[in-house]
Amino acid sequence: MSAARDVVDATGAPVVAGTDETAGVANWSLWIGGGLVGLVVVMALVSFAWTPYDPYFVDVTNRFGGPSPTNLLGTDQFGRDVLSRLMVGARTTLFVGIVSVGVAGVVGTPLGILMGMAPAWLHRILLRANDLLLAFPALLLAIMFAAVFGPSTATAMVAIGIGTIPVFARIARSGTVQVMSSEYVLAARSAGRRGVRLAVRHVLPNIASLLLVQASVSFAIAILAEAALSFLQFGTPSPIPSWGLMLFQAQSVLAVNPGLTVWPGVGIAVAVLGFNLLGDGLRDRFDPRLAGHQ
Amino acid sequence: MAYQLLVRTATFVVTVVLASVLVFGFMAILPGSAARVSLGVNATPEAIARVEADFGVDRPLPVQYLDWAAGLPTGDFGTSYVTRRVIGPAIVDRLLVTSWLVGASMLVALVIALPLGTLAAVRHQRPSGTVLAGVSQVGVAVPSFLAGLLLIALFAVKLRWLPSGGWTPPARDPVAFLRGLLLPSLALGLVQGSVLARYVRSTVLNIQREDFIRTARSKGLRRWQALVRHGLRNAAIPIVTVLGLQLSVLLVGAVVVERVFTVPGLGSLLLDGVANRDLLLVQGVVMVLVVMILAINWAVDVLYTVLDPRLRARA
Amino acid sequence: MTAGDEDRLVVDGLDVRVGPVGLLHDVGFRLRAGERVGLIGESGSGKSLTALAIMGLLPEGLAASGHVGLAGTDGNLLAAGDARMADLRGRRVSMVFQEPMTALNPLMKAGDQVAEVLAIHARRGGSGGSGRDRDRRALDLLDAVRMHEPDLVRRRYPHQLSGGQRQRVMLAMALANEPDVLICDEPTTALDVTVQAQMLDLIVEGARERDASLLFITHDLAVVATVCDRVLVMYGGRIVEAGPVQQLFTAPRHPYTRGLVASSDLDAVDAAGRLPTIPGVVPAAGTFPSGCVFRTRCERATDACAEPPPWTGQPDDGHACIHPYDDAPATP
Repeated sequence: MSAARDVVDATGAPVVAGTDETAGVANWSLWIGGGLVGLVVVMALVSFAWTPYDPYFVDVTNRFGGPSPTNLLGTDQFGRDVLSRLMVGARTTLFVGIVSVGVAGVVGTPLGILMGMAPAWLHRILLRANDLLLAFPALLLAIMFAAVFGPSTATAMVAIGIGTIPVFARIARSGTVQVMSSEYVLAARSAGRRGVRLAVRHVLPNIASLLLVQASVSFAIAILAEAALSFLQFGTPSPIPSWGLMLFQAQSVLAVNPGLTVWPGVGIAVAVLGFNLLGDGLRDRFDPRLAGHQ
Repeated sequence: MAYQLLVRTATFVVTVVLASVLVFGFMAILPGSAARVSLGVNATPEAIARVEADFGVDRPLPVQYLDWAAGLPTGDFGTSYVTRRVIGPAIVDRLLVTSWLVGASMLVALVIALPLGTLAAVRHQRPSGTVLAGVSQVGVAVPSFLAGLLLIALFAVKLRWLPSGGWTPPARDPVAFLRGLLLPSLALGLVQGSVLARYVRSTVLNIQREDFIRTARSKGLRRWQALVRHGLRNAAIPIVTVLGLQLSVLLVGAVVVERVFTVPGLGSLLLDGVANRDLLLVQGVVMVLVVMILAINWAVDVLYTVLDPRLRARA
Repeated sequence: MTAGDEDRLVVDGLDVRVGPVGLLHDVGFRLRAGERVGLIGESGSGKSLTALAIMGLLPEGLAASGHVGLAGTDGNLLAAGDARMADLRGRRVSMVFQEPMTALNPLMKAGDQVAEVLAIHARRGGSGGSGRDRDRRALDLLDAVRMHEPDLVRRRYPHQLSGGQRQRVMLAMALANEPDVLICDEPTTALDVTVQAQMLDLIVEGARERDASLLFITHDLAVVATVCDRVLVMYGGRIVEAGPVQQLFTAPRHPYTRGLVASSDLDAVDAAGRLPTIPGVVPAAGTFPSGCVFRTRCERATDACAEPPPWTGQPDDGHACIHPYDDAPATP
């Protein structure tokens, strides 16, 4: 199968871009992406120390408040401050992203390197097994988890993480195969270097940039999956603020107050856009070859 | 080539069987039977035992698996412990609805992506091309259920042009069917269209720079003739891959969008199953979705072999 | 320059720029009927760009100005639109590219790719000929480039062919419509040494049989010596010397040419046993010095070289250097 399938972006399509006009042009993707991600991170960090209001504080007399000096982004149908909930929601989003991408990276990377270094017959079998797992998208897996273990933030994170493992395994594998056929690894092998030492000393550093790009892109996928799960009420349970859940609650009052969809929607879009752009930018930065890679 | 197709098909069948083991195994992962889970914590041991015997879940797992798996090819997904209804017919009905939705969304995505992606590639050095690239980048970041909510807010709540949800079978009222189909397929298709447009753009950009396009022009073809006659088929190979992936993504995306628009498709059935802890139903729907994803991958592989002579040679 | 009666191709004052950066400067030469002219220089000297500018196939973003005239057609080819150029390409002027691996469409059978160039111009010319006729002619063309088992080869895809076979397919396509001018851009560089000689024979023979003028681009002086009558030496996007092959190799006048000739002569070793080389490297495009482009690498350069050197001698036999050598190089 073509290597184009190897790095996969937020909606499952192979990552593309950067094949043109990147040479000699400032890496806008990196800066804009980094800026947007930074914005979400700052929002989440500040929320630990301070939010304008208690995000759980219900004030029925102040329902559907429009933007005002006291509630900058207005209030929801329970009179809760939207900005405060948005800030705490950023925390949930990043937390789920970090844990699931962490799980996927920590498990998927060694699996992929193993695959890439394995003898041909084993390589083939593992690749097939990986393809099989790829047929279980993260969201579907998370719904299965919710069915068996019941919905919670933890199951969502773990399920999204497990669903992302084969993606990491695949990218680590193709990177490893490339590194293994390079001359310096052949030299290291002829010098008697084998197994784990070879993997840690030579392969891992060389595929690190590839993995970092995939991590950024997978982070975006995880955010989308978490938002969808919370929206379906299979993720973060109410009343803990999460952007997906805020959207679900906004839907029930869509006819009365459609404005409530705006801010959680913007939050998701900004975070996903940020991580996608960051991934594009990192790729252009580290490995321009990958951009035109088919 | 026939050999290649045979190998790919055999691989597909083996993968489906393995997938069924995985799905079954996962659903049986928790100690205690599904009957216990579905009856709730207050059920008496006698009631549980009765249900278990009724549904054959007191048998060893391998036997249960074989029983379940043997029914799959004939569309027999067993009987729900919760509703006590046969699952198969429900899945078939719902699958039809989801197919309409996914098909229409794919159409929307293609109609958006092919012209806009090509345009963005041809104009990549002009501002209009950059704007197109930027818009599609933003489109990728919008989850389809959010797009759905925004579409409802605009076209159903504010303008009152289209229904905010529901489903009318095409046979009953074609017009109502199309009106109901429009918003959900836009919600799914617009987002997928942005992803696809990005891909079409970079594929066309790459193809334009291929040496063989220059050769074609050196033979006397005009720029666009070379691109159409020599570029299209070459571009089709990477684009077919993405279309396959997109179809899988749409299938999963439909699960969420069906909930937004209360469309009675496979996704709604799955989510109801989860809510009711109807594990056998969930197991059946998941199996159908996974088989469809595998079938799409298989079809992409086959198309590859047909499109690219370089792959035929490899035995 | 004005076109003489026997001039097939006249290039005059050709400039190619990308944005503010000049890549070719005032390139001028002419190809007479049946003449075989070599264009030599290190990579980055502007040889391929010259060819692409003549063909109207410059990459996006590059702009050409000046004059390119083709016998039998009116006006400046550089000003012609894509439609008019398309009509000339593959019929009056054709080109063999350097990379046989990537220059053929991977999804199209070799025979079809040859037949296509016949079909394109048959349709335009209005002259009929069926698809079957063209397939037969394609087969003849493959046979003419001495392809073994042409009937088998024409049904193969490029990936099933060797580099030499692919390049023969390229040549068959280029010769298909009996062009007046054939441009070959490093046609043998990517091939095995054993195949190179056969390919060169085919090119020379193919051009001679059709009375086509040949512009042969290479960095390999030995190849030029076997193929060409005349040579143009390029450096820094300019033609720095021109002359008959024999004279240019035995008594090069421009220091750059002298360096090229010396470094290609495997017998010439200095006292330390090293091959002579030209000091320094070719600068990146746009970073060549003002005045004489070679002066930063030239041992004869003086302050006077800061002014652009005028062309000395005839257009076909002269040089652009104010400190030329006027003797044959001393053999060490």
